[in-house]
Amino acid sequence: MSIAPEHAPTMETAGLWHRLEPYVPILLIPALVIVGFLAIPTSSSWLTLTVSGLAMGMMIFIMASGLTLVFGLMDVINFGHGAFVSVGAFVGITILLSLGGMTDAPSLVLNLSALLLAVFGAMLATAAMGWAFEKVIIQPVYGAHLKQILITMGGLIIVEQLILVAWGPDEIFLTRPETFKGAITFAGAAIEKYRLVAVGVGLVVFLAMRWVLRSTRIGLIVRAGVENGEMVEALGYRLRLVFVAVFIAGSALAGLGGVMWGLYQEVITAHMGASIMVLVFIVVIIGGLGSVEGCFIGALLVGLLQNYIAFLAPKFALISNIGLMVVILMWRPQGMVPVVKAK
Amino acid sequence: MLRRLISGDTPRSTVLSIVLLVILIALAFAPFLFPGTRSVDTAARVCIFIALVASYDLMLGYGGIVSFAHTMFFGMGAYGVALASIHMGRGFDALLVGSVAGALAAAALAFVIGLFSLRVRAIFFAMITLAVASAVAVLVSQLSSITGGEDGLNYKIPRALTSAHKFMDDKLFGVRINGKLANYYLVFFGSLILFLILLRIVNSPFGRVLQAIRENDFRAEAIGYRAVYYRTSATCISATVAALAGSLYAIWLRYVGPDTTLSFEIMIDILLMVVIGGMGTLYGAVIGATIFVVAQNYLQNLMGIAEAALGDLPVIPLFLNPDRWLLWLGVLFVLSVYFFPTGVVGRLRRRV
Amino acid sequence: MPDPILRLEGVFTDIAQYHILQGVDLEVPAGQVTMLLGRNGVGKTTTLRTIMGLWRARAGAITFDGRDITALPTPAIARAGIGFVPEDMGIFHDLSVEENMMLAAVSGPIAGDRLEAIFSAFPPLKTFWNSEAGNLSGGQKQMLSIARVMAEERRLYLIDEPTKGLAPAIIATMARALKDLRAQGASILLVEQNFSVAKMLGDRCAVMDDGRIVWTGAMDELARDEALQERLMGLSMEAA
Repeated sequence: MSIAPEHAPTMETAGLWHRLEPYVPILLIPALVIVGFLAIPTSSSWLTLTVSGLAMGMMIFIMASGLTLVFGLMDVINFGHGAFVSVGAFVGITILLSLGGMTDAPSLVLNLSALLLAVFGAMLATAAMGWAFEKVIIQPVYGAHLKQILITMGGLIIVEQLILVAWGPDEIFLTRPETFKGAITFAGAAIEKYRLVAVGVGLVVFLAMRWVLRSTRIGLIVRAGVENGEMVEALGYRLRLVFVAVFIAGSALAGLGGVMWGLYQEVITAHMGASIMVLVFIVVIIGGLGSVEGCFIGALLVGLLQNYIAFLAPKFALISNIGLMVVILMWRPQGMVPVVKAK
Repeated sequence: MLRRLISGDTPRSTVLSIVLLVILIALAFAPFLFPGTRSVDTAARVCIFIALVASYDLMLGYGGIVSFAHTMFFGMGAYGVALASIHMGRGFDALLVGSVAGALAAAALAFVIGLFSLRVRAIFFAMITLAVASAVAVLVSQLSSITGGEDGLNYKIPRALTSAHKFMDDKLFGVRINGKLANYYLVFFGSLILFLILLRIVNSPFGRVLQAIRENDFRAEAIGYRAVYYRTSATCISATVAALAGSLYAIWLRYVGPDTTLSFEIMIDILLMVVIGGMGTLYGAVIGATIFVVAQNYLQNLMGIAEAALGDLPVIPLFLNPDRWLLWLGVLFVLSVYFFPTGVVGRLRRRV
Repeated sequence: MPDPILRLEGVFTDIAQYHILQGVDLEVPAGQVTMLLGRNGVGKTTTLRTIMGLWRARAGAITFDGRDITALPTPAIARAGIGFVPEDMGIFHDLSVEENMMLAAVSGPIAGDRLEAIFSAFPPLKTFWNSEAGNLSGGQKQMLSIARVMAEERRLYLIDEPTKGLAPAIIATMARALKDLRAQGASILLVEQNFSVAKMLGDRCAVMDDGRIVWTGAMDELARDEALQERLMGLSMEAA
């Protein structure tokens, strides 16, 4: 499969292409938005769909980022990652429901503090769970992919069932805090307030993650470790500790994503994490396993495409993402932002 | 003769041989040994799952490839039979066309998925199959005009395979000799043939190369075997057999639906059966499927009884609720992967 | 001969089913440059990686400065004071030159005069200080890999083929830097295929064959005796 596009092979275009190439993945996002604009008849629906696509993409990114970094660092693929999403959602939503007085009041401050408490509780719970999961489930199967996949899948089943034991078999319906209910109208398009919140939170998480990775020593170690873990150890850093930290952080983010996803869907089930994992896997594959930037771009593409197609041909929303994955893998078999591995 | 039939792959353990023989006899004479709709139904499910799990083991145990799309292939065979029976009318030709079409479609899809993911890295395969299988399951439940959606499809199979058709007026050993019995033996021999074909394949040079690749793909490539080619072929064969097992299932049940063929729960069941029986040996599939299906049908009742008996205690009954069946399987699964990855068969063989 | 800072006794290392090291006995004296020579595939790189704990010795003992480090994890071995430059240089391509250097300085920022010394030894690093290391040329990457190990004072340097595949001018730069390092009294264990560089830098020399050390002695002695070179290292060594 050739990586070059179907350009006329003149020197000029080749040079331009060469300079543009690193930016192609990021440019796919505006390209998809434009295609959406052309395909969707009314511009107000397009705007609504674009915002919800971005919101969905941001939430998927939050859930997927930990998974991709964990893989990049230690070659560990965690099929049980969805368990953290579910647990985060249940813990967070339980806290939120118990704070009914704060969420029902039409006060932004009260609503926001209730939400923050819920998020904090969820992240704390999933961080602790991540620590235990890493120790009990993952540590014994380092370096054995087949066992990793089986064991982490087993872990997912167990956690899902434990949720059913703890919270009962029924799905839990919920309403969003008062000030996040409803929509605002912008340029004739109704945009749900909560989706804007989701976009905001997603951006903050992405920028914070970029800052940590680019400007702190631990971020430096993580980036170096993704490329060549052995050398990082030979310099004297205990990569295992860094890995555990990243695993815990990734689990906490999955928990955050779970709360946000629950509020987005307004219903939570024990199986929600496992279902969302389908999109998460597509995102990390097309982004390039181990790449945070690729994961971000992939998540936005998946979110946008899912929403556009859900409007144009509702039954094919999920399958369209498989199509996206096929196209991207044909173009770049290692994903949009392939991670350079030393060996 | 017998050795040739099983491709020279003997059980290599006296206990195992006896157990396998008991299972074979029990299944071969199930309608006579365990008369009753429910027990014959259980026996038919055991037969079908042995073929299905064995085909999965070709990928997982022999090829070292984890797939989450096996129920999708299984479902393709089942839906093939269902759709053919609906659109062509009841008849053996519909069963044949449906089975062949389902098997070909499964092989083609497996080929495409394999080509896409196996050439990059094997773990891609696990993730991609998971994504594709979920997408297909959602699509099937949404395209209800074609697939019947969540409700599934009911259809008629040839009269000669239903209890309405009597071959003899008298009972033989107290069992009615009717179409249902014929249907059981279609399932039994169909599964047996699929199993023997798989046994043949894993003991052929192809099977040995596949195992060499699983052990060390780098070295196998160095000797000149294209790992992608072998892995993709194994995936295609496995998908074909799974689809054919699905066709048998559809013929037996006279119904297909997402829950009976496509659901993720069945995928988990298959994984459990392979691991409990023993990965990398097809006899493991026999043991795993038998234990699992029988347990599934009867142990859940036991859990219900235990729950009722312990109803007064706090918390414990919650864990014994028959709906928490999967919890215990999950625990069993994780423990088996850790502590005895070679499964029951591995254990039995080691004692010799 | 001074006290050894590093001692290997009967070290065996397997990689998969292959027995690569088959009883390596080696002493690296403090404050000297010990050359590890031998044909390709005799276990030189494996020896260095086993010392670093990147591959585990199946048997034998490795003592660093009187302390048994055989079973220590790699980071602990590094922090005991061993700097390692692997054969593939181990550069982090996605990181800038500056970030590569920052990571190498494990115990804190690089001292100003030390950094100046590095820049004067390897001027291109100053020029490309903020560029991605992946964009450097092969020679510049090799400079960075040596510079990285010099970011802090180490008690022992393990350097695997620093001149491999480099242009003569860059080999000279590299040799000069290593000579400076030696002049500061560093203990170095150096794998080198370029015999003229080996002759120039080496105080002592150990020759490997088939997973064992087959000859040890003064570098001069080996350099003078061409018949010995021929016998120990065959034709793959470009005798100068």
